[in-house]
Amino acid sequence: MALSQSEVLAGLAEIVNDETGIAIESVQLEKSFQDDLDIDSISMMTIVVNAEDKFGVKIPDEEVKNLTTVGDAVNFITAAQA
Amino acid sequence: MTIKIVVTGLGATTPLGGDVKSTWSALLAGVSGISTLEQEWVARYEIPVTFAGQAKVPAAECLTPQEVKRLDPSSQFALIAAREAWADAAIEEIVPERLAVEFATGIGGVWTLLDAFDTLKERGPRRVLPMTVPMLMPNGPAAAVGMDIAARGGVRTAVSACASSTEAIANAITRLQSGEVDVVVAGGCEAAIHPLPIAAFAAMHALSRKNEDPASASRPYDVNRDGFVMGEGGAALVLETEEHALARGAKIYAELVGGSVTSDAYHITAPDPEGSGAARAVLAALAQANATIEDVVHINAHATSTPVGDIAEYTALKRVFGDHLDKIAVSATKASTGHLLGGAGAIEAIFTVLALKERLAPPTINLDEQDPAIPLDVVTEPRKLPDGNILAISNSFGFGGHNAVIVFRSYN
Repeated sequence: MALSQSEVLAGLAEIVNDETGIAIESVQLEKSFQDDLDIDSISMMTIVVNAEDKFGVKIPDEEVKNLTTVGDAVNFITAAQA
Repeated sequence: MTIKIVVTGLGATTPLGGDVKSTWSALLAGVSGISTLEQEWVARYEIPVTFAGQAKVPAAECLTPQEVKRLDPSSQFALIAAREAWADAAIEEIVPERLAVEFATGIGGVWTLLDAFDTLKERGPRRVLPMTVPMLMPNGPAAAVGMDIAARGGVRTAVSACASSTEAIANAITRLQSGEVDVVVAGGCEAAIHPLPIAAFAAMHALSRKNEDPASASRPYDVNRDGFVMGEGGAALVLETEEHALARGAKIYAELVGGSVTSDAYHITAPDPEGSGAARAVLAALAQANATIEDVVHINAHATSTPVGDIAEYTALKRVFGDHLDKIAVSATKASTGHLLGGAGAIEAIFTVLALKERLAPPTINLDEQDPAIPLDVVTEPRKLPDGNILAISNSFGFGGHNAVIVFRSYN
């Protein structure tokens, strides 16, 4: 069964926290991975691969550059599991 | 030397303790840091050597989860040791361009490399961690230390097997003497207690096989020595020009007065039985120190507990010191720590510095019956060193025919 947007956000926040130590509550939809959360490209790739595993989706490399904010990623994952 | 160099900070994490203080007290107490490996891979791969000197305090207890995730275990040990040394030196302000790092490893990120290959085989290339390259590269520990203390005066990595971190300290002399930097954090680390390096060292019959009694296995100079014992950890020294140290009122442990690196060009693993390359390194280091052989009262020997290596080092020392060798208190501290490979020179440099500072040569454990072919004055119980201006040397030799020797003087 597909997860809701808030469930995806919660799961993604856990992945981000695990990789970077950023507090779970700081991972909010409007936050930019790079500008607000200071996540570098190497951490971003690790987060993407872990998200693929966790949510059972494929996030193509060419799609990753479009995932500017947490909300972009949550929307992509929510849509991809449908 | 025109510019005087002093030691103002020490840090270590070793099989004897998680810091310098606990490591030094365990060493003086005659404790062995060697124990049986409980890891499941020992049985799974039928590893013929089932013991080693594992870090007394796991690195994960000293670092954040993200640091553990993003650093190979070798870099983790480096960071822990360097942070302790840096805090000990208590340098409150320094121009980053005047601060350098010389941090060595023998093997580099072997855990990272082999884990990544397992991931590739089992789960495909997309699952290989993007941090794999910076984690496995041998300059990873030096880079991690340099980032942590914001060193912009150059971050370098000596790689010369078991001579690596003594070479790093010798290289630090060159940096400080050049006038380009005021402070160098120098040291070394190793985290190679992994089935592959153990199997590989065992394949060349370099390791002791005393599986039944690990604490007695590392026994330099003993007639029953049968190879070295792998150890892991890291050690770091803050080296500083005397001028810079005095200007900030730093506490000074000892003076670093000489360092030399030579090579045998004899055999890829066997030491030159004549010990001429090692002897040249000792003589050159003493010459740089403006010292005579009679000034030397203490040697922290390389002494890995291999049958041929211990004799070759003795031969080299005899060539240099002649009859004066009988008056030198020799300590072989790998008996307690095991062999930290790329970290060995740095931890032994710390032991040499503390021996001068506390006027106390540390004991060599497990010497039950001294090899008559090696008639050194081996220290078996902590021994008082003379008052006055005294010198001590620390030797390290590595596969590849690398010889590195550093000389310290007591500081008053």
